[in-house]
Amino acid sequence: MCPRKRKPPVTPPAANPDGWAGFTRRAFIKTWSAGTLTLAVGHNAMSSETAQPDETLAADEPVQLTLDVNGRPHAVLVEPRWTLLHVLREELGLTAAKSGCERGECGACTVLIDDLPRYACLTLALEAEGRRIETAEGLMDGGQLGQVQASFMKEDGLQCGYCTPGQIMAAEGLLRQNPEPTFDEIRRGMSGNLCRCGAYASIFSAVADAATHRKG
Amino acid sequence: MLTPFAYVRPASLQDAVAALTEGNAHIHAGGTDLLGCLRDEVFGADRLVSLAALGDLAGLRETRDGGLDIGAMTTITDIAAHPLVQRRYPGLAQAAGEVASPQLRNQGTLGGNLCQKPRCWYYRGDFPCLRKGGHKCFAVNGENEYHCIFGGANCFIVHPSDIAPALVSLDAEIETAGPSGGRRLPVSQLHMPPEQDPTRETLLKPGEVIVKVHVPPAPAGLYSSYRKVRTRRSWDFAVAGCALALVMDGDRVRDCRVVLAAAAPIPWRSPETEQVLRGQTLDDAVIRKAAKAAVANARPMTKNAYKIPLFEGMLLEELRKAAQV
Repeated sequence: MCPRKRKPPVTPPAANPDGWAGFTRRAFIKTWSAGTLTLAVGHNAMSSETAQPDETLAADEPVQLTLDVNGRPHAVLVEPRWTLLHVLREELGLTAAKSGCERGECGACTVLIDDLPRYACLTLALEAEGRRIETAEGLMDGGQLGQVQASFMKEDGLQCGYCTPGQIMAAEGLLRQNPEPTFDEIRRGMSGNLCRCGAYASIFSAVADAATHRKG
Repeated sequence: MLTPFAYVRPASLQDAVAALTEGNAHIHAGGTDLLGCLRDEVFGADRLVSLAALGDLAGLRETRDGGLDIGAMTTITDIAAHPLVQRRYPGLAQAAGEVASPQLRNQGTLGGNLCQKPRCWYYRGDFPCLRKGGHKCFAVNGENEYHCIFGGANCFIVHPSDIAPALVSLDAEIETAGPSGGRRLPVSQLHMPPEQDPTRETLLKPGEVIVKVHVPPAPAGLYSSYRKVRTRRSWDFAVAGCALALVMDGDRVRDCRVVLAAAAPIPWRSPETEQVLRGQTLDDAVIRKAAKAAVANARPMTKNAYKIPLFEGMLLEELRKAAQV
Protein backbone atom coordinates (compact mmCIF):
# COMPACT_ATOMS: atom_id res chain seq x y z
CA MET A 1 0.00 0.00 0.00
CA CYS A 2 2.66 2.48 1.04
CA PRO A 3 4.86 3.29 -1.96
CA ARG A 4 7.54 4.99 0.10
CA LYS A 5 10.19 3.44 2.26
CA ARG A 6 9.38 3.77 5.95
CA LYS A 7 11.73 6.00 7.84
CA PRO A 8 13.88 4.30 10.48
CA PRO A 9 12.71 4.68 14.06
CA VAL A 10 14.10 7.75 15.75
CA THR A 11 14.85 8.36 19.40
CA PRO A 12 12.13 10.51 20.95
CA PRO A 13 13.13 14.10 21.58
CA ALA A 14 14.31 15.26 24.99
CA ALA A 15 11.57 16.03 27.46
CA ASN A 16 9.99 19.45 27.23
CA PRO A 17 11.47 21.61 30.00
CA ASP A 18 7.94 22.82 30.74
CA GLY A 19 6.96 19.25 31.58
CA TRP A 20 4.04 17.30 30.20
CA ALA A 21 1.34 19.21 31.99
CA GLY A 22 2.59 22.50 30.64
CA PHE A 23 3.33 21.35 27.13
CA THR A 24 2.58 23.60 24.23
CA ARG A 25 1.58 22.57 20.77
CA ARG A 26 4.53 24.34 19.25
CA ALA A 27 7.01 22.71 21.57
CA PHE A 28 5.86 19.27 20.56
CA ILE A 29 5.29 19.62 16.85
CA LYS A 30 8.54 19.74 15.02
CA THR A 31 9.35 19.25 11.44
CA TRP A 32 12.63 18.14 10.14
CA SER A 33 14.05 16.12 7.37
CA ALA A 34 14.14 12.68 8.89
CA GLY A 35 16.78 11.69 6.38
CA THR A 36 19.42 13.97 7.82
CA LEU A 37 21.98 12.88 10.34
CA THR A 38 21.56 16.01 12.41
CA LEU A 39 18.25 15.09 13.86
CA ALA A 40 18.90 16.28 17.40
CA VAL A 41 20.21 19.59 16.15
CA GLY A 42 17.25 19.97 13.86
CA HIS A 43 14.93 19.25 16.72
CA ASN A 44 16.47 21.85 18.96
CA ALA A 45 16.51 24.43 16.23
CA MET A 46 12.85 23.91 15.44
CA SER A 47 11.73 23.92 19.06
CA SER A 48 12.81 27.51 19.55
CA GLU A 49 10.20 30.23 19.60
CA THR A 50 11.47 31.49 16.25
CA ALA A 51 9.43 28.86 14.40
CA GLN A 52 7.21 30.06 11.55
CA PRO A 53 3.71 31.04 12.61
CA ASP A 54 2.23 28.54 10.18
CA GLU A 55 3.25 24.93 10.53
CA THR A 56 3.46 23.13 7.25
CA LEU A 57 4.26 19.48 7.51
CA ALA A 58 5.45 18.00 4.26
CA ALA A 59 3.68 14.95 2.91
CA ASP A 60 6.82 12.83 2.77
CA GLU A 61 8.44 13.82 6.05
CA PRO A 62 7.41 12.13 9.27
CA VAL A 63 6.93 14.45 12.19
CA GLN A 64 7.57 13.94 15.88
CA LEU A 65 4.42 13.98 17.89
CA THR A 66 3.52 13.25 21.48
CA LEU A 67 0.14 11.69 22.08
CA ASP A 68 -1.47 11.45 25.52
CA VAL A 69 -2.83 7.92 25.49
CA ASN A 70 -4.36 6.41 28.61
CA GLY A 71 -2.72 9.07 30.76
CA ARG A 72 0.80 8.56 29.44
CA PRO A 73 2.71 10.61 26.89
CA HIS A 74 3.82 8.58 23.88
CA ALA A 75 6.39 10.04 21.50
CA VAL A 76 5.86 8.81 17.96
CA LEU A 77 6.96 9.69 14.48
CA VAL A 78 3.93 10.05 12.25
CA GLU A 79 3.18 10.90 8.68
CA PRO A 80 0.47 13.53 8.20
CA ARG A 81 -1.76 10.94 6.52
CA TRP A 82 -1.67 8.47 9.41
CA THR A 83 -4.88 8.06 11.35
CA LEU A 84 -5.01 7.82 15.11
CA LEU A 85 -6.17 4.21 14.68
CA HIS A 86 -3.06 3.36 12.67
CA VAL A 87 -0.77 4.96 15.23
CA LEU A 88 -2.49 3.29 18.20
CA ARG A 89 -2.33 -0.16 16.66
CA GLU A 90 0.78 -0.18 14.52
CA GLU A 91 3.08 2.26 16.31
CA LEU A 92 2.04 1.97 19.95
CA GLY A 93 0.89 -1.64 19.93
CA LEU A 94 -2.44 -0.77 21.54
CA THR A 95 -4.68 -3.12 19.61
CA ALA A 96 -7.98 -2.81 21.49
CA ALA A 97 -9.35 -0.31 18.97
CA LYS A 98 -10.13 -2.37 15.87
CA SER A 99 -9.99 -1.63 12.21
CA GLY A 100 -13.40 -2.37 10.70
CA CYS A 101 -14.88 -0.31 7.89
CA GLU A 102 -12.24 2.45 8.09
CA ARG A 103 -14.87 4.97 6.99
CA GLY A 104 -16.67 5.88 10.18
CA GLU A 105 -19.61 3.53 9.86
CA CYS A 106 -19.01 0.54 12.13
CA GLY A 107 -17.58 1.95 15.37
CA ALA A 108 -15.00 -0.81 15.98
CA CYS A 109 -12.28 1.85 16.28
CA THR A 110 -14.14 3.97 18.87
CA VAL A 111 -11.86 5.66 21.40
CA LEU A 112 -12.44 8.53 23.81
CA ILE A 113 -10.92 11.89 22.97
CA ASP A 114 -11.34 14.35 25.83
CA ASP A 115 -14.01 11.99 27.24
CA LEU A 116 -16.07 11.92 24.02
CA PRO A 117 -16.40 8.81 21.84
CA ARG A 118 -14.92 9.33 18.39
CA TYR A 119 -13.86 7.19 15.46
CA ALA A 120 -10.08 6.77 15.48
CA CYS A 121 -10.20 5.72 11.80
CA LEU A 122 -11.44 9.18 10.79
CA THR A 123 -9.13 11.12 13.10
CA LEU A 124 -5.67 12.07 11.90
CA ALA A 125 -3.05 11.42 14.55
CA LEU A 126 -1.96 15.04 14.14
CA GLU A 127 -5.44 16.21 15.07
CA ALA A 128 -5.36 14.21 18.31
CA GLU A 129 -2.23 15.93 19.58
CA GLY A 130 -2.67 17.70 22.89
CA ARG A 131 -5.90 15.85 23.69
CA ARG A 132 -6.66 13.03 26.10
CA ILE A 133 -6.98 9.78 24.19
CA GLU A 134 -8.35 6.70 25.93
CA THR A 135 -8.62 3.16 24.63
CA ALA A 136 -10.11 0.06 26.23
CA GLU A 137 -6.63 -0.77 27.60
CA GLY A 138 -6.89 2.40 29.67
CA LEU A 139 -10.09 1.29 31.40
CA MET A 140 -8.23 -1.47 33.25
CA ASP A 141 -7.66 -0.94 36.94
CA GLY A 142 -4.32 -2.68 37.25
CA GLY A 143 -5.10 -6.31 36.41
CA GLN A 144 -8.82 -5.79 37.09
CA LEU A 145 -11.43 -5.09 34.44
CA GLY A 146 -13.08 -1.68 34.53
CA GLN A 147 -16.79 -1.54 35.34
CA VAL A 148 -18.00 -1.34 31.75
CA GLN A 149 -15.73 -4.22 30.75
CA ALA A 150 -16.94 -6.29 33.70
CA SER A 151 -20.57 -5.60 32.80
CA PHE A 152 -20.01 -6.72 29.21
CA MET A 153 -18.58 -9.99 30.61
CA LYS A 154 -21.42 -10.42 33.08
CA GLU A 155 -24.21 -9.68 30.60
CA ASP A 156 -22.51 -11.58 27.76
CA GLY A 157 -22.56 -8.43 25.63
CA LEU A 158 -20.70 -10.00 22.75
CA GLN A 159 -20.36 -13.02 20.56
CA CYS A 160 -17.24 -12.89 18.36
CA GLY A 161 -15.88 -9.92 20.31
CA TYR A 162 -14.44 -7.94 17.42
CA CYS A 163 -16.69 -4.90 17.93
CA THR A 164 -16.49 -5.15 21.74
CA PRO A 165 -13.65 -2.73 22.55
CA GLY A 166 -15.40 -0.09 20.44
CA GLN A 167 -18.76 -0.86 22.10
CA ILE A 168 -17.12 -0.57 25.51
CA MET A 169 -15.58 2.80 24.72
CA ALA A 170 -18.89 4.10 23.33
CA ALA A 171 -20.57 2.92 26.55
CA GLU A 172 -17.86 4.48 28.73
CA GLY A 173 -18.25 7.79 26.88
CA LEU A 174 -22.03 7.65 27.16
CA LEU A 175 -21.93 6.98 30.92
CA ARG A 176 -19.47 9.80 31.56
CA GLN A 177 -21.87 12.22 29.88
CA ASN A 178 -25.04 10.65 31.20
CA PRO A 179 -24.50 8.41 34.27
CA GLU A 180 -28.14 7.31 34.43
CA PRO A 181 -29.31 6.79 30.86
CA THR A 182 -32.79 5.56 30.01
CA PHE A 183 -33.09 2.54 27.73
CA ASP A 184 -33.73 4.87 24.79
CA GLU A 185 -30.71 6.96 25.66
CA ILE A 186 -28.61 3.79 25.76
CA ARG A 187 -29.87 2.75 22.32
CA ARG A 188 -29.15 6.21 20.96
CA GLY A 189 -25.76 6.46 22.67
CA MET A 190 -24.71 3.09 21.27
CA SER A 191 -26.11 3.70 17.77
CA GLY A 192 -22.69 4.46 16.28
CA ASN A 193 -21.45 0.91 16.88
CA LEU A 194 -22.45 -2.05 14.76
CA CYS A 195 -22.39 -5.65 15.98
CA ARG A 196 -22.62 -8.13 13.13
CA CYS A 197 -23.29 -10.97 15.56
CA GLY A 198 -26.39 -9.06 16.63
CA ALA A 199 -25.67 -9.07 20.36
CA TYR A 200 -27.48 -5.76 20.77
CA ALA A 201 -29.91 -6.86 23.49
CA SER A 202 -27.03 -8.05 25.69
CA ILE A 203 -24.97 -4.98 24.86
CA PHE A 204 -27.78 -2.70 26.03
CA SER A 205 -28.14 -4.80 29.22
CA ALA A 206 -24.41 -4.51 29.81
CA VAL A 207 -24.55 -0.72 29.55
CA ALA A 208 -27.51 -0.60 31.92
CA ASP A 209 -25.67 -2.89 34.34
CA ALA A 210 -22.55 -0.73 34.17
CA ALA A 211 -24.64 2.38 34.89
CA THR A 212 -26.12 0.74 37.98
CA HIS A 213 -22.77 -0.37 39.35
CA ARG A 214 -20.86 2.80 38.57
CA LYS A 215 -23.30 4.67 40.82
CA GLY A 216 -22.43 2.53 43.82
CA MET B 1 -3.56 3.94 3.95
CA LEU B 2 -4.38 7.38 2.59
CA THR B 3 -2.37 8.86 -0.27
CA PRO B 4 0.26 11.26 1.18
CA PHE B 5 -0.65 14.90 1.69
CA ALA B 6 0.98 17.87 3.36
CA TYR B 7 -0.68 19.22 6.48
CA VAL B 8 -0.91 22.89 7.35
CA ARG B 9 -1.71 24.36 10.73
CA PRO B 10 -2.40 27.99 9.93
CA ALA B 11 -1.75 30.55 12.63
CA SER B 12 -4.71 32.68 11.60
CA LEU B 13 -7.79 32.64 9.42
CA GLN B 14 -5.98 34.79 6.84
CA ASP B 15 -3.18 32.24 6.72
CA ALA B 16 -5.73 29.46 6.26
CA VAL B 17 -7.29 31.28 3.32
CA ALA B 18 -3.86 31.83 1.79
CA ALA B 19 -2.88 28.17 2.27
CA LEU B 20 -6.12 27.04 0.62
CA THR B 21 -5.44 28.91 -2.58
CA GLU B 22 -2.24 26.97 -3.32
CA GLY B 23 -2.32 23.64 -5.12
CA ASN B 24 -5.05 21.08 -4.54
CA ALA B 25 -5.77 22.04 -0.94
CA HIS B 26 -8.77 20.99 1.13
CA ILE B 27 -10.09 22.26 4.43
CA HIS B 28 -9.82 19.87 7.37
CA ALA B 29 -12.59 20.82 9.79
CA GLY B 30 -13.84 17.75 11.68
CA GLY B 31 -12.43 15.53 8.96
CA THR B 32 -15.23 12.96 9.03
CA ASP B 33 -16.36 13.46 5.45
CA LEU B 34 -12.93 14.52 4.17
CA LEU B 35 -11.04 11.41 5.30
CA GLY B 36 -13.81 9.13 4.00
CA CYS B 37 -13.61 10.80 0.59
CA LEU B 38 -9.81 10.60 0.52
CA ARG B 39 -9.92 6.93 1.52
CA ASP B 40 -12.41 6.13 -1.21
CA GLU B 41 -10.46 8.32 -3.65
CA VAL B 42 -13.54 10.37 -4.46
CA PHE B 43 -11.06 13.22 -4.82
CA GLY B 44 -7.41 13.75 -3.97
CA ALA B 45 -5.60 16.36 -1.89
CA ASP B 46 -2.04 17.68 -2.01
CA ARG B 47 -2.49 19.41 1.31
CA LEU B 48 -4.96 19.66 4.14
CA VAL B 49 -5.42 22.94 5.95
CA SER B 50 -6.55 22.21 9.48
CA LEU B 51 -8.85 24.71 11.14
CA ALA B 52 -8.79 22.91 14.49
CA ALA B 53 -6.19 25.22 16.04
CA LEU B 54 -8.19 28.34 15.21
CA GLY B 55 -10.09 28.26 18.49
CA ASP B 56 -12.26 31.30 17.82
CA LEU B 57 -14.10 29.45 15.06
CA ALA B 58 -15.89 27.22 17.59
CA GLY B 59 -18.70 28.13 19.95
CA LEU B 60 -22.19 29.59 20.16
CA ARG B 61 -22.87 33.20 21.11
CA GLU B 62 -26.06 35.16 21.49
CA THR B 63 -25.87 38.30 19.39
CA ARG B 64 -27.00 41.79 20.33
CA ASP B 65 -30.05 41.56 18.08
CA GLY B 66 -31.23 38.48 20.01
CA GLY B 67 -30.05 36.07 17.34
CA LEU B 68 -27.36 33.44 17.57
CA ASP B 69 -23.89 33.17 16.06
CA ILE B 70 -22.56 29.64 15.68
CA GLY B 71 -18.89 29.27 14.80
CA ALA B 72 -18.19 27.08 11.79
CA MET B 73 -15.99 24.75 13.87
CA THR B 74 -18.67 24.14 16.51
CA THR B 75 -19.35 20.42 16.75
CA ILE B 76 -22.77 19.04 15.90
CA THR B 77 -23.00 17.67 19.45
CA ASP B 78 -22.51 21.14 20.91
CA ILE B 79 -25.25 22.61 18.70
CA ALA B 80 -27.72 19.84 19.57
CA ALA B 81 -27.03 20.17 23.30
CA HIS B 82 -27.00 23.97 23.58
CA PRO B 83 -29.84 25.20 25.84
CA LEU B 84 -30.47 28.34 23.78
CA VAL B 85 -30.74 26.32 20.57
CA GLN B 86 -33.08 23.85 22.25
CA ARG B 87 -35.27 26.62 23.66
CA ARG B 88 -35.43 29.07 20.75
CA TYR B 89 -34.77 26.95 17.69
CA PRO B 90 -35.90 23.42 18.52
CA GLY B 91 -35.94 22.58 14.79
CA LEU B 92 -32.20 23.22 14.64
CA ALA B 93 -31.53 21.24 17.82
CA GLN B 94 -33.58 18.33 16.46
CA ALA B 95 -31.78 18.42 13.10
CA ALA B 96 -28.35 18.47 14.78
CA GLY B 97 -29.41 15.64 17.12
CA GLU B 98 -30.45 13.51 14.15
CA VAL B 99 -27.12 13.83 12.33
CA ALA B 100 -25.16 10.59 11.95
CA SER B 101 -23.93 8.82 15.11
CA PRO B 102 -22.71 10.13 18.50
CA GLN B 103 -19.10 9.65 17.42
CA LEU B 104 -19.59 11.62 14.21
CA ARG B 105 -21.55 14.36 15.98
CA ASN B 106 -18.68 14.70 18.48
CA GLN B 107 -16.24 15.28 15.65
CA GLY B 108 -18.21 16.75 12.75
CA THR B 109 -18.57 20.51 12.54
CA LEU B 110 -21.25 22.92 11.42
CA GLY B 111 -19.17 24.20 8.50
CA GLY B 112 -18.27 20.70 7.43
CA ASN B 113 -21.89 19.60 7.60
CA LEU B 114 -22.94 22.44 5.29
CA CYS B 115 -20.12 21.68 2.82
CA GLN B 116 -20.27 17.88 2.85
CA LYS B 117 -20.13 15.84 -0.33
CA PRO B 118 -23.17 13.92 -1.53
CA ARG B 119 -23.65 10.26 -0.60
CA CYS B 120 -24.73 9.12 -4.08
CA TRP B 121 -23.22 5.66 -4.51
CA TYR B 122 -22.13 6.39 -8.06
CA TYR B 123 -20.36 9.55 -6.94
CA ARG B 124 -18.75 7.73 -4.01
CA GLY B 125 -18.06 4.63 -6.06
CA ASP B 126 -15.85 3.93 -9.04
CA PHE B 127 -18.01 5.71 -11.63
CA PRO B 128 -16.79 8.63 -13.75
CA CYS B 129 -20.01 10.55 -13.14
CA LEU B 130 -20.92 14.10 -14.10
CA ARG B 131 -20.08 15.40 -10.61
CA LYS B 132 -16.57 14.02 -10.94
CA GLY B 133 -16.10 15.63 -14.36
CA GLY B 134 -17.50 12.73 -16.37
CA HIS B 135 -20.23 12.80 -18.99
CA LYS B 136 -23.33 11.39 -17.38
CA CYS B 137 -25.30 10.69 -14.25
CA PHE B 138 -25.34 6.93 -13.72
CA ALA B 139 -28.39 7.16 -11.47
CA VAL B 140 -30.70 8.03 -14.36
CA ASN B 141 -30.74 4.47 -15.68
CA GLY B 142 -29.39 2.89 -12.54
CA GLU B 143 -30.18 2.34 -8.87
CA ASN B 144 -31.87 5.61 -8.03
CA GLU B 145 -34.07 4.75 -5.05
CA TYR B 146 -32.27 7.26 -2.84
CA HIS B 147 -31.98 10.02 -5.41
CA CYS B 148 -33.91 13.23 -5.87
CA ILE B 149 -37.52 13.96 -6.78
CA PHE B 150 -36.97 17.71 -7.22
CA GLY B 151 -34.34 19.84 -8.91
CA GLY B 152 -32.42 17.08 -10.69
CA ALA B 153 -31.55 18.69 -14.02
CA ASN B 154 -28.44 16.72 -14.95
CA CYS B 155 -27.18 15.28 -11.66
CA PHE B 156 -29.70 13.62 -9.37
CA ILE B 157 -28.08 13.59 -5.93
CA VAL B 158 -29.89 14.59 -2.79
CA HIS B 159 -28.16 16.99 -0.45
CA PRO B 160 -27.21 14.90 2.60
CA SER B 161 -27.34 17.59 5.31
CA ASP B 162 -29.98 17.62 8.05
CA ILE B 163 -28.76 20.93 9.43
CA ALA B 164 -28.84 22.92 6.19
CA PRO B 165 -32.64 22.56 5.73
CA ALA B 166 -33.20 23.61 9.34
CA LEU B 167 -30.98 26.68 8.86
CA VAL B 168 -32.73 27.59 5.61
CA SER B 169 -36.09 27.34 7.40
CA LEU B 170 -34.78 29.75 10.05
CA ASP B 171 -33.49 32.18 7.39
CA ALA B 172 -29.92 31.84 8.67
CA GLU B 173 -26.90 33.40 6.98
CA ILE B 174 -23.31 32.31 6.67
CA GLU B 175 -20.36 34.63 7.06
CA THR B 176 -17.22 33.76 5.14
CA ALA B 177 -13.60 34.80 4.85
CA GLY B 178 -11.88 34.59 1.49
CA PRO B 179 -9.00 35.82 -0.66
CA SER B 180 -11.02 38.88 -1.67
CA GLY B 181 -12.49 39.51 1.78
CA GLY B 182 -15.51 38.11 3.54
CA ARG B 183 -19.21 38.16 2.72
CA ARG B 184 -22.57 37.23 4.12
CA LEU B 185 -24.80 34.87 2.23
CA PRO B 186 -28.15 33.32 3.13
CA VAL B 187 -27.80 29.56 3.72
CA SER B 188 -30.58 29.26 1.13
CA GLN B 189 -28.10 30.54 -1.49
CA LEU B 190 -25.07 28.55 -0.35
CA HIS B 191 -25.68 25.35 -2.28
CA MET B 192 -25.06 24.97 -5.99
CA PRO B 193 -27.95 23.83 -8.18
CA PRO B 194 -26.49 21.14 -10.48
CA GLU B 195 -27.74 22.84 -13.64
CA GLN B 196 -25.40 25.72 -12.78
CA ASP B 197 -22.41 23.50 -11.97
CA PRO B 198 -22.76 19.79 -11.22
CA THR B 199 -19.15 19.50 -10.00
CA ARG B 200 -19.50 21.82 -7.00
CA GLU B 201 -21.72 21.54 -3.95
CA THR B 202 -21.52 25.15 -2.81
CA LEU B 203 -21.09 28.60 -4.28
CA LEU B 204 -18.01 29.19 -2.11
CA LYS B 205 -15.06 30.41 -4.14
CA PRO B 206 -11.62 28.77 -4.01
CA GLY B 207 -10.06 29.60 -0.66
CA GLU B 208 -13.33 30.85 0.81
CA VAL B 209 -14.05 29.52 4.30
CA ILE B 210 -17.28 29.60 6.29
CA VAL B 211 -16.50 31.41 9.53
CA LYS B 212 -19.86 31.33 11.24
CA VAL B 213 -23.58 30.99 10.81
CA HIS B 214 -25.91 33.70 12.06
CA VAL B 215 -29.40 32.62 13.03
CA PRO B 216 -31.73 35.63 13.21
CA PRO B 217 -33.79 36.26 16.35
CA ALA B 218 -36.75 33.94 16.73
CA PRO B 219 -39.94 35.91 15.98
CA ALA B 220 -42.76 35.72 18.54
CA GLY B 221 -44.87 32.65 17.86
CA LEU B 222 -42.09 30.72 16.08
CA TYR B 223 -42.68 26.98 15.89
CA SER B 224 -39.77 25.04 14.43
CA SER B 225 -39.20 21.34 13.97
CA TYR B 226 -37.13 18.84 12.00
CA ARG B 227 -38.19 15.35 11.04
CA LYS B 228 -35.89 12.75 9.55
CA VAL B 229 -36.92 9.43 8.05
CA ARG B 230 -34.27 6.74 7.56
CA THR B 231 -34.48 3.22 6.19
CA ARG B 232 -33.47 1.91 9.63
CA ARG B 233 -33.82 3.15 13.19
CA SER B 234 -30.10 3.30 13.79
CA TRP B 235 -28.01 6.05 12.27
CA ASP B 236 -28.19 6.78 8.56
CA PHE B 237 -28.68 9.56 6.08
CA ALA B 238 -32.24 10.73 5.47
CA VAL B 239 -34.42 9.23 2.77
CA ALA B 240 -36.82 12.06 3.51
CA GLY B 241 -36.82 14.97 5.88
CA CYS B 242 -38.50 18.29 6.50
CA ALA B 243 -37.73 21.43 8.44
CA LEU B 244 -40.69 23.56 9.48
CA ALA B 245 -40.51 27.15 10.68
CA LEU B 246 -44.03 28.46 11.25
CA VAL B 247 -44.68 31.89 12.72
CA MET B 248 -48.01 31.38 14.45
CA ASP B 249 -50.53 34.01 15.44
CA GLY B 250 -52.82 31.94 17.63
CA ASP B 251 -53.80 29.03 15.38
CA ARG B 252 -53.20 31.06 12.23
CA VAL B 253 -49.95 30.75 10.23
CA ARG B 254 -48.70 34.32 9.83
CA ASP B 255 -45.58 33.32 7.91
CA CYS B 256 -43.72 30.10 7.22
CA ARG B 257 -40.79 28.36 5.63
CA VAL B 258 -40.95 24.70 4.73
CA VAL B 259 -37.73 23.06 3.59
CA LEU B 260 -37.41 19.48 2.41
CA ALA B 261 -34.32 17.34 3.06
CA ALA B 262 -33.16 14.43 0.91
CA ALA B 263 -35.57 15.63 -1.77
CA ALA B 264 -33.28 17.57 -4.11
CA PRO B 265 -29.60 18.28 -4.84
CA ILE B 266 -29.89 21.31 -2.54
CA PRO B 267 -32.02 21.93 0.57
CA TRP B 268 -35.40 22.28 -1.13
CA ARG B 269 -37.70 25.06 -0.07
CA SER B 270 -41.30 24.29 -0.92
CA PRO B 271 -43.06 27.52 -1.96
CA GLU B 272 -46.12 25.44 -2.92
CA THR B 273 -46.56 24.25 0.68
CA GLU B 274 -45.81 27.67 2.13
CA GLN B 275 -48.39 29.30 -0.13
CA VAL B 276 -51.11 26.96 1.09
CA LEU B 277 -50.22 27.55 4.74
CA ARG B 278 -49.56 31.30 4.79
CA GLY B 279 -52.39 33.27 6.36
CA GLN B 280 -54.45 30.15 7.03
CA THR B 281 -55.72 28.53 10.20
CA LEU B 282 -53.84 25.30 10.69
CA ASP B 283 -56.85 22.99 10.48
CA ASP B 284 -56.86 19.51 9.01
CA ALA B 285 -58.16 20.56 5.60
CA VAL B 286 -55.35 23.10 5.21
CA ILE B 287 -52.80 20.58 6.47
CA ARG B 288 -53.90 17.94 3.97
CA LYS B 289 -53.86 20.47 1.15
CA ALA B 290 -50.39 21.70 2.18
CA ALA B 291 -48.94 18.18 2.37
CA LYS B 292 -50.33 17.40 -1.08
CA ALA B 293 -48.95 20.65 -2.48
CA ALA B 294 -45.48 19.71 -1.24
CA VAL B 295 -45.23 16.83 -3.71
CA ALA B 296 -47.48 18.11 -6.50
CA ASN B 297 -44.52 19.12 -8.66
CA ALA B 298 -42.26 16.20 -7.77
CA ARG B 299 -40.60 14.37 -10.66
CA PRO B 300 -39.66 10.92 -9.42
CA MET B 301 -37.07 8.73 -11.11
CA THR B 302 -37.57 5.07 -12.04
CA LYS B 303 -37.16 3.70 -8.49
CA ASN B 304 -37.97 6.48 -6.04
CA ALA B 305 -41.66 7.24 -6.54
CA TYR B 306 -42.16 5.89 -3.00
CA LYS B 307 -40.76 9.21 -1.81
CA ILE B 308 -43.93 11.03 -2.93
CA PRO B 309 -46.32 9.43 -0.41
CA LEU B 310 -43.46 9.40 2.11
CA PHE B 311 -42.95 13.17 1.94
CA GLU B 312 -46.69 13.79 1.89
CA GLY B 313 -47.27 11.58 4.93
CA MET B 314 -44.34 13.06 6.79
CA LEU B 315 -45.61 16.60 6.22
CA LEU B 316 -49.11 15.55 7.34
CA GLU B 317 -47.66 14.23 10.62
CA GLU B 318 -45.37 17.18 11.18
CA LEU B 319 -48.02 19.82 10.45
CA ARG B 320 -50.52 18.01 12.69
CA LYS B 321 -47.96 18.08 15.49
CA ALA B 322 -47.51 21.82 14.91
CA ALA B 323 -51.29 22.34 15.05
CA GLN B 324 -51.49 20.65 18.45
CA VAL B 325 -49.06 23.05 20.11
